[in-house]
Amino acid sequence: MNSVVAGITYRAVLGRRRVLLLILLPLVLIGLALILRAVGSTDEKATVTLMQVYAIGTMLPLLGLIAGTGTIAPEIDDGTIIHLLSKPISRPMIAITKFAVAASLLALFAAVPTFAASYLLIRNEAGIASGFALGALIGGIAYAAVFLLLGVITRHAVTIGIIYAVVWESLVGGLVPGARNFSIQQWAQTFAGQISTSDFFKPTVSIGFAIPAVLIVTIGAVLWAGQRLRSLSLTGDE
Amino acid sequence: MNIELAQVSRWYGNVVAVNDVTMTVGPGVTGLLGPNGAGKSTLLHMMAGFLAPSTGTATLDGRPIWRNHQIYRSIGLVPEREAVYGFLTGWQFVLSSARLHRLPSPEDAAAKALAMVEMEDAKDRRIETYSKGMRQRVKVAAALVHDPQVLLLDEPFNGMDPRQRLHLMDLVRELGAAGRTILFSSHILEEVERVAQQIEVLVAGRHAASGDFREIRRRMTDRPHLFHVRSSDDRRLAAALIADASSGAVSLGEEGLEVQAVDFRRFTWLLPRVARDAGVTVWQLSPADEDLESVFSYLISRSTR
Repeated sequence: MNSVVAGITYRAVLGRRRVLLLILLPLVLIGLALILRAVGSTDEKATVTLMQVYAIGTMLPLLGLIAGTGTIAPEIDDGTIIHLLSKPISRPMIAITKFAVAASLLALFAAVPTFAASYLLIRNEAGIASGFALGALIGGIAYAAVFLLLGVITRHAVTIGIIYAVVWESLVGGLVPGARNFSIQQWAQTFAGQISTSDFFKPTVSIGFAIPAVLIVTIGAVLWAGQRLRSLSLTGDE
Repeated sequence: MNIELAQVSRWYGNVVAVNDVTMTVGPGVTGLLGPNGAGKSTLLHMMAGFLAPSTGTATLDGRPIWRNHQIYRSIGLVPEREAVYGFLTGWQFVLSSARLHRLPSPEDAAAKALAMVEMEDAKDRRIETYSKGMRQRVKVAAALVHDPQVLLLDEPFNGMDPRQRLHLMDLVRELGAAGRTILFSSHILEEVERVAQQIEVLVAGRHAASGDFREIRRRMTDRPHLFHVRSSDDRRLAAALIADASSGAVSLGEEGLEVQAVDFRRFTWLLPRVARDAGVTVWQLSPADEDLESVFSYLISRSTR
C-alpha cells in the first residue's frame, strides 16, 4: 500500500461526476426500503427479494464497475497515470493500492447501505441484514479486483463491464444453473447465507466452492493487473 | 549516466515508427530533432520505460529500462501530454512526486523544485486553473524533485510564452552543464540549436544525422537547393545560369525557371549579377523546398547512401 497513490486515487474517483452514481445507487436501495416500509411490506420475504434482486443483483455489480474501473481506467485514458508510474514504486504495489481503494469504496457505498436498507425493514431478523452486508462486502471486494483488471487491460472497460454485469451476472448467472458457480453475485449470496437463517433464502453455490473461488479470482485479478501495469505502453499521439 | 539504444526498432502492426536506431545519449544536453510523426515520442517513450522496443535493447548504464521501476530513481520524465491531476495544486502535485520518491524531506525538495521553475507564486492554485506553460513548468518541477541524473523531456517548450521558454532553456542548459544527461525532443531547429550541444535527427523513424549543431546546420544548408525564378526573359537567364558551376540543373517551364543550386552560397551571390549582366529583370525568386520536411528528407537520402 502506498498512501500517496491511495490519496490521489480517492480524490480522483470522488472528484469525478461518476461519484454521483456511487451515491445514487445506494440511495435508491434505501428509498426502496423506505417505500416497502411505508406500504407495510416489512417481512422477511420482501427483504430477501430486495436484497437478492437489487442490492446484490443490480447495485453491487454496477458499483463494482464504477469503483473498480474508476480507480484506474480514466487515468490510463488521459495519461495522468504516468505521474504514478514514472516513480520507483513497483507497479504491482500500485495495482494493490488501487484495488484497496476500490474495495474500501464498495464497503462504504455497497455493504453499509445494504445493511441499512435491510435493517430499516426488519432490523436484523434472521441475520438477513448482517448476512447480506457480509455478502455485499465480499462480493464487492471480488468485483473491485475484476473490474480493476478490466480497467487495466482494455480501453473499453465500462462497455465490457456492463455487458458482463448484465448478460453474465443477471441473465446467465440467474438462469443457467451450472453457470451460477462462476458468478460473483452468487458467491456473495453464499456468504450472506452463512449468517442468514431465513427460510426464504437458499444460496445455490456451496461455501466450499465460494471461498476458494473468491480468493482465486480476487488475488488472481489483482496480481494480473499488477503485471499488466508493468508492461503498460504509451503510444503518444503519433 | 548514459542511455544506450542498440538497434532499436518499434512497429505498431505494419507501421514502423522507429527503424533500427542506435545511439548513446550521454551527459550534457541532447536535442532529438525531427518533424512531427518522425517517431520522436516513440523513441523517448522507449528511453523512459513506457514502451518496449520491438527489437533491440534500451539500457541505462547497462541496466534494462523496460519493466524496471528502479530506473526512475535516476530518471525524471516530462511527458508531452498535458494531462496532470487538475484537482491538485501545483504544490500538492510536486510534493506528491517527492513523496512517491520517498525523499527524506519531501517539503524541502518540492519547494526547491518549484523555485527552479519559478512557480512559487502560483503553487497554491489548482493545476486546472494553470495556463499551458504553467502546467509544463510544474511537470518539470515534479520531474526534477528528486534531482535525477537523467532528464527526458518530450516537446518541453511547446505552449510556453517567450519569457518562460527562455527561462526553461536556461534551466535545461544549466542542468546539462552540471553533468546531467538531458534529452529533449523538438521539431524546431532553432530551439534545439539554442539549448543542445548534441543533436540527433530523426526522420521517418530513422536516425538521419548526429552531431553538434554546427555540423547539423552545415549539412542542412550545404545541399542542393531548388529555386523558382520568374524574370523578364527566362530563356536568356537560364542560359546564363547554366554556364556557372553553382547551378546543377535548370529547367524552363510555363511557370518560369526551376533552378537546382548545388552551391547555395555561390548561387545566391551569382544570380543578381548574372541577371544584371544579361540585362534580365528578376521578378520573383522563391525557394521551392525550404520547409523542414525537405531538409530532413535530404538528410535521410544522404544517410542511406
